[in-house]
Amino acid sequence: MTTVVETKSGADQRTGWYRRMLEIRLFEDKVQELFMQGKIQGTTHLCQGHEAVSVGAVSAIEARDYLTITYRGHGHALARGMSMVAAYGELMGRTSGCCNGVGGSMHLTDFSKNLIGAFAIIGAGLPVAVGAGLSAKMRGTDSVALSFSGDGGSNIGTFHEALNMAAVWKVPVVFVIENNLYGEYSPIRETTPLDDLAERAKGYAMPGVIVDGQDVDAVHAVVAEAVARARAGEGPTLIEAKTYRYRGHSRTDPAKYRAEGELERWKLRDPIVILGDRLGLSDDERKSLQDEVQAAVDAAAVEAEQAPLPTLEEIENYVYAA
Amino acid sequence: MSTQLESKPAGVGSDAAELTYREAINAALEDELESDPAVILMGEDVATAGGVFKTNEGLSDRFGRERVRNTPICENGFVGVALGMAVTGMRPVVEIMFSDFLPTAGDAIVNELPKYRFMCGGQCEVPVTVRSIGGATGRFGTQHSATGESWYMALPGLKVATAGTPDSAYSVLRAAIRSNDPVVFFEHRGLYGRKGPVRRGDDNIAAVGDAAVLREGSDVTIVATLLMLDRALIAAEQLAENGVDAEVVELRWLRPLDTESVRRSVEKTGRLVVAEEQVHAAGWGATLISQFAMEGFEWKSRPRAVSLPDNLLIPYTPELEDTVVPSAERIADEVRAALK
Repeated sequence: MTTVVETKSGADQRTGWYRRMLEIRLFEDKVQELFMQGKIQGTTHLCQGHEAVSVGAVSAIEARDYLTITYRGHGHALARGMSMVAAYGELMGRTSGCCNGVGGSMHLTDFSKNLIGAFAIIGAGLPVAVGAGLSAKMRGTDSVALSFSGDGGSNIGTFHEALNMAAVWKVPVVFVIENNLYGEYSPIRETTPLDDLAERAKGYAMPGVIVDGQDVDAVHAVVAEAVARARAGEGPTLIEAKTYRYRGHSRTDPAKYRAEGELERWKLRDPIVILGDRLGLSDDERKSLQDEVQAAVDAAAVEAEQAPLPTLEEIENYVYAA
Repeated sequence: MSTQLESKPAGVGSDAAELTYREAINAALEDELESDPAVILMGEDVATAGGVFKTNEGLSDRFGRERVRNTPICENGFVGVALGMAVTGMRPVVEIMFSDFLPTAGDAIVNELPKYRFMCGGQCEVPVTVRSIGGATGRFGTQHSATGESWYMALPGLKVATAGTPDSAYSVLRAAIRSNDPVVFFEHRGLYGRKGPVRRGDDNIAAVGDAAVLREGSDVTIVATLLMLDRALIAAEQLAENGVDAEVVELRWLRPLDTESVRRSVEKTGRLVVAEEQVHAAGWGATLISQFAMEGFEWKSRPRAVSLPDNLLIPYTPELEDTVVPSAERIADEVRAALK
């Protein structure tokens, strides 16, 4: 296992990452407000704190590559270039949404961006990513698949089945575990006998890499290396990004099970602040970017809300292709 | 489609070859693998020695071990892989060696295949065929003998198909593979050696959702699937010797359920016997009878069901397995009771 912290990306690209991470943070922050107004219902699983993982990893794949994400997937979808209108529209159940409003918060999918699945069942996305990678290989393309899952997801059968098949068939796929230390409400050591989930790669004869999930440069570098390996026909990689979820598991979870001071300690290593410092952004520059992105977030929510609801007649057509 | 078939287009009434049910499955797979490079076959041991039940004889030699691919033993995982392939331009056929293993792929079959297109607002198609091999009479014991046919019929988004004759095996399987929606296709292991006429060719691809009347009659309608269909046809011949004229309908598709074809038949006969190798509860037979009851259909005599016992499981004990699985005689007895 290796830890790579090396920055090769250009300043413009990294400024773009900063902005995108800020967009994800402020998008998620606004979800609670929209809930209180009744504009979003049901549940959501927010990703404040994870921004460096989604932005660092997704920026390492190309448009022709495939992506599978999870129910905690708003950040990955925005990182892939989904518009905030399409994302808010989906959360609001309106036709402005990426899935015309029928999928909701847990299913931000966009085939036009090769974001081919967002799963509300733990572990279900990994075999689908293996299938996409295998299909890419069999069709003679050089596309690869990138698949996100969580620390809790590394205990379910499909995680192991997918890694095994990917390795035995040398499928061009990169698995990223976002280890935020809690599977729903349970701390990882209560459910898992390992601190480093990347060790699970050994059982499947593939490289396992641990990376600081608060460091977007580091995440980008390790994922880019794994993508290059996959594209070169050298098979899959398992990457574990150590990160932290600022909010509870889902909307109704205040996360009281966490040790006192734990959240505050993680916030000292906030991924957006870390990149801002590296880029040498002044307080004024940060404030001005923050205001600009906040205005875009607010405008997106307003625009998304203007769209009509889907009709029963429309959604009946989604059940079967023919 | 092979050049041999192209040079001899098979029209209605074209020559039918005598094939076993196993050979008919093989022919359907071969013709679909031949006609579309996106079609692949995967599952446990599918590429080795023609597969565990020899349905895949010759396919890995002809199409290679990439397209006819052995998988690890992990049904949920490889059905998920098939889904990923299907939404990125391929048309996978997955083999489940015993229908009792289908629940191992529960998430993939219940939560993923049927819901995928819906949840993403119709952005994709999911052309996955799951071939599931099941059924009793093989002395395989309690965990290797289920047909499983009605387990998944309550899932909108999925299609569920069966085959009870060699010709159905060929034409329904080809229709399943060509469907742009996910299909679970049930085969019966006890029928693999059964011979019958099969019209091989592109003109013999079943219509999705259509039942087939395999024997016309005017006294009673027997609706059956899989091995029970085979036994219903035998029962009908026995009954004919005693002057009873039974119509036999092969249901073929449980979702969509072809109530219309059954209605056309019972409007003629006024009597219905359903025959299925599973318990009656929560099955297609109960669903059919319930639909007619809700419509207030007027029967000449009440509908009857031949099924597995509601409070028993399939035993290994050969003599008892034969007692538990309905015979042609039991189907004939129910028909006689319906005519009293």
